[in-house]
Amino acid sequence: MKKRWICLFVENEIGVLARIAGLFSGKSYNLDSLTVGTTEDSAISRMTIGLTSDDKTFEQIKKQLNRSIEVIKVVDYTDTPIHMKEILFVKVNCRSEEDVAELFRISNVYGVSVIDYDTTAVLLECTQTENRNNDIIALLKRKFINRIEIVRGGSVAVEAVSICER
Amino acid sequence: MEITGAELFVKALKEENVTTLFAYPGGQAIDLFDALYGEKEIDVILPRHEQGLVHAADGYARSTGKVGVCLVTSGPGATNLVTGIATANYDSVPLVCFTGQVPVHLIGNDAFQEVDIVGITRSICKYAVTVRKREDLAETIKKAFYIARTGKPGVVVVDLPKDIQKASGSGLYPKEISIRSYKPNTTVHTGQINRAIDILNHARKPVFLVGGGVNIAHANKEMTQLAELTGVPVITTIMGKGAVPTSHDLYIGNIGIHGSYAANSAISSCDVLFSIGTRFNDRITGKIETFAANAKIIHIDIDAASISRNIVVDVPVVADAKKAISVLLEKAKPLSVLDWVTQVRRWKEEYPLTMGEDGLTPKKVLDVVNGLFTDAVITTDVGQNQLWTTQFLEVDDKKQMLTSGGLGTMGYGFPAAIGAKLGNPQKDVIVITGDGGIQMNIQELATAVVYELPIIICILNNGYLGNVRQWQEMFYDRHYSSTCMRFRRSCGLGCSKPNSGCPEYTPDFIRLADSYGAKGIRVSRPEDIKAAFEIAKQNTKVPTVIEFIIDREMNVMPIVPPGNALSDMILERGEDRE
Repeated sequence: MKKRWICLFVENEIGVLARIAGLFSGKSYNLDSLTVGTTEDSAISRMTIGLTSDDKTFEQIKKQLNRSIEVIKVVDYTDTPIHMKEILFVKVNCRSEEDVAELFRISNVYGVSVIDYDTTAVLLECTQTENRNNDIIALLKRKFINRIEIVRGGSVAVEAVSICER
Repeated sequence: MEITGAELFVKALKEENVTTLFAYPGGQAIDLFDALYGEKEIDVILPRHEQGLVHAADGYARSTGKVGVCLVTSGPGATNLVTGIATANYDSVPLVCFTGQVPVHLIGNDAFQEVDIVGITRSICKYAVTVRKREDLAETIKKAFYIARTGKPGVVVVDLPKDIQKASGSGLYPKEISIRSYKPNTTVHTGQINRAIDILNHARKPVFLVGGGVNIAHANKEMTQLAELTGVPVITTIMGKGAVPTSHDLYIGNIGIHGSYAANSAISSCDVLFSIGTRFNDRITGKIETFAANAKIIHIDIDAASISRNIVVDVPVVADAKKAISVLLEKAKPLSVLDWVTQVRRWKEEYPLTMGEDGLTPKKVLDVVNGLFTDAVITTDVGQNQLWTTQFLEVDDKKQMLTSGGLGTMGYGFPAAIGAKLGNPQKDVIVITGDGGIQMNIQELATAVVYELPIIICILNNGYLGNVRQWQEMFYDRHYSSTCMRFRRSCGLGCSKPNSGCPEYTPDFIRLADSYGAKGIRVSRPEDIKAAFEIAKQNTKVPTVIEFIIDREMNVMPIVPPGNALSDMILERGEDRE
């Protein structure tokens, strides 16, 4: 089992998201995350899909996606140089001035932004890779037990222009 | 000139050369039916239930090679299609199903007879779409027919809201269409074919395994030529039966859990398995680890997703069967595999598919069908009747067998025969069904009568849902749980053996046929089989029901028990070879 990434170009039509999501649920494929949005061509939507599977299943997933009528192109991003970011908001309940100060320190070290705060809460915006976001969530969960609220958007990815590593 | 959506719908059907439309009206389809009123070029057929309707369109499509077209109303009209859509799509049958829908502004309001049929059918069809703008109507219909019949054929659902049907707009219908996200494969990769040929040429024990893809591609003649050119024996799946004539001396039989001993043994012993148009379904492979364990496997299929899914193959070729076989015919050469062919033929002679000689048996019925009909379509239902037919029916270029192979839909056989007869009025059309399956769509007797379709309906009546009963007998300690069709409340619980005191069968199929205006003949003795068919052949205006009273506990043999390897089959009851 291995983490994989797929970039999917589809017709921007009603029901396409349901078709793709339904393919994963109907055939028991693991879907970790899926993001979708329009592209420079308003008739085309682009999805970034994160999933975990073995090699054989992954081959089958790519084929099944390809044979869906609305799918224009399937690109395997698993081992290609890409830039990938995920947006994550974390709202942390603070009990003291020290909590607030600690969150500002964390934001500095982790390279994320405090975009809003008052005396009772701090809101962090983390635009990083999924793994880095997992790390910061783990830290905040340890330090602020039962005091965090999380919303994450799923990853978006684009092929790199010049770099060879991810 | 502007025309309504409904008028454009009729125009589109004509442009697509639709001459037969299977249609059942309703509130949200009434405008479409109004546009069809008095239409001379399209024969509008009204079955008695939408499930019968869609199976009829399926039988029409399979037997003519044309796209089958359905028209039903919204809500229950649409949901009644669901089983038939899955049946057709699973067997790669091209259908376009038009469903009425509530007006666009009411969609989502839980309006009367509103269902999300596109959502419901999404996972069981090739493509489904709701037309939301009148200006998209022509292109969507064009797209539907194109998608249904090209590539791996399948079912397309087109949902037509009532206001789209009524709205005026352009009357233009496109001649051609190009879909950027859908480009079916039309070529054959020469390099892969060369690799396949190279492996085949070095084989000592090769077999062709042919699936439904060859029949769908109408490549039967080419397949026979390929077998004759190479001298390689041919094995088929149930769906591939008829790819070469069953009487051909290179034809070995069906593979699978009810396949022939010779076919299953050849698969287990071969060194090269050259497969075309099959998806290696679990019903044909048996225990997957031992399937063709010593063979190099070549797999030609139009659907890339079918390749290396169940069985890992050595040479994959994504191509249409007919095109691929044509290329193979240019490159293949005769092989020196006579020892192997002799071996396989010996298996076939030593362990023929057969059945006990006592009484009225399904084999005797099928022997008569084989002898009496030369230009015919034979449809089956699902269960023992189907398996016996796939074992004993002879098929060639003039005789075709239609069966629900993938989904295994009881109730398929009779309505499919109605479609086949409408599409092939000059051919004899015979249904082989069981007492269970026929009752799932028996209302279509009215359809066959009113359209004067002289179909011969053979009901093999054993008073059981026989295939499940057979499994209960063999693998579930004779727990005949909910499989007896003669059961009545008075029987009490837990029967495991039929006896002379079992209640009468209901319904009386002969009186039922009579009340529909069809003919009914009951046959209990083998010597009466032929006479019954002779009488049926004389009924040129009405269908004939022939009810064959067969032994209640007759089994389909041989059988590969669940989880076993293909080579590990039970040939006869009480005897376990291997």
